[in-house]
Amino acid sequence: MIQLIEPYAEDKIRALKMGDMVHLSGLVYTGRDAVHKFLHEGGKPPVDLQNQIIYHCGPVVIKEKGKWVVKAAGPTTSAREEPYQGHIIEKFTIRAVIGKGGMGPRTLEACKKVGCVYLHAIGGAAQVLAECVTDVLGVSLEEFGSPEAIWAFRVKNFPAVVTMDAHGNSLHAAVLEQSKEQLKQLV
Amino acid sequence: MRNLKANLLELVRRTSAELPDDVVTVITSAATQEQEGSNAQYAMNIITSNIDMAKLKSAPLCQDTGSILFFVKAPKGFDQLAFEKVAREAVAEATARGYLRQNSVDSLTGKNTGNNLGPGSPAIHFHQHRGTRADVRLILKGGGCENVGAQYSLPDVRLNANRDLDGVRKAILDAVIQAQGKGCGPGILGVCIGGDRATGYLHSKEQLLRMMDDVNPEPSLSALEKDIVISANKLGIGPMGFGGATTLLGCKIGALNRLPASYFVSISYMCWAYRRQGFILNDSGKIVEWLY
Ligand code: SF4
Repeated sequence: MIQLIEPYAEDKIRALKMGDMVHLSGLVYTGRDAVHKFLHEGGKPPVDLQNQIIYHCGPVVIKEKGKWVVKAAGPTTSAREEPYQGHIIEKFTIRAVIGKGGMGPRTLEACKKVGCVYLHAIGGAAQVLAECVTDVLGVSLEEFGSPEAIWAFRVKNFPAVVTMDAHGNSLHAAVLEQSKEQLKQLV
Repeated sequence: MRNLKANLLELVRRTSAELPDDVVTVITSAATQEQEGSNAQYAMNIITSNIDMAKLKSAPLCQDTGSILFFVKAPKGFDQLAFEKVAREAVAEATARGYLRQNSVDSLTGKNTGNNLGPGSPAIHFHQHRGTRADVRLILKGGGCENVGAQYSLPDVRLNANRDLDGVRKAILDAVIQAQGKGCGPGILGVCIGGDRATGYLHSKEQLLRMMDDVNPEPSLSALEKDIVISANKLGIGPMGFGGATTLLGCKIGALNRLPASYFVSISYMCWAYRRQGFILNDSGKIVEWLY
């Protein structure tokens, strides 16, 4: 198990390899469809994304006694952000993207260029992952609706697997290829 | 219909927070199949902790609480309109209480209705049956896994799949390949051979009402179900698509008659968060049995 702790320096990220299991601790910003489209179209980010992590997540957050409490915080499907992600990684020097299902060649290319990784969270594990969020630091772009806003979370020991690294390796591409080979033996 | 609202509310809560025992049994056993220290084992361990934690906290297992699908078998004289009205109230209340996420969006305006009510939500499928009791079942089916469902029209040249069980097998295995990494595997397949495009998909979802360990009474389908699970697991896709031993936890196949001109294979993919529950109500509206 690798501890990935903020600050997310480039050399730490480049040292990660496909298949590494990590526990992430530090700041992450949520962002899904609306945020990606906004940033891609030149929108000015309300937070400093430089050297930060974007989490594809539409959390359920409610206010209890004047404090934000995260009720569920699992990943959403990343593939929808493929048209935007590569550009956003390069433009803002994003160090990691967390999501599920993996991403395509443009994102992989940007990871290599910038020094960024794709961290695959466990899809559906809403409760385990909500427990990893120790603090809600704030919310911006709330006008997109709560699940689509940028939430700043502090997480502790957030479990994920590096499925795309900064050296051009993608576990998704590797498993796809291998499973297609296997299928040939079976049909 | 006395107590129906409270009973349906409890049905929604249980379905959203607690996986049925037959599902937990196969997930727990699959977790032991993965190689020590592998990404797949890591994923399975987090999945099993999540199952325990959701039950303990009585909180949604997954934040996508999915499409709300009721399947009701009711005796003659059962008031379907009254049931539907109460079911809608229960769904709205369950949403307000956080058992369900606000999950129903107007397809034209993009606006979330905020209470899970709207055209098609919840979906209630009624059937009449003999007897005096009502059999009420609920499936919550998430979007990620619904998106990877597929319908094949055989023959299929790309797959070299003909209109026979071998062709069906090729179609199903292709769907498993296409679904990899998406839909939160390991998954469970509900499949229908035949029917039209609408009845085929519906029947594929009805297969998901079957128990994990039941045996298909039709020997050729029973054999195909077993073969699909074994073959899919040889593909090595594994939990979350990380690579590993368990790609599928189960496969349930039914058949409907078809037109001579059509041969559909309809596949509904269910994620590991296989949320289904149900109960039997006696004629005074009391729950006499939980079904899963
Ligand atoms: S596919 Fe299932 S487990 Fe995954 S996010 Fe959707 S509902 Fe949750």
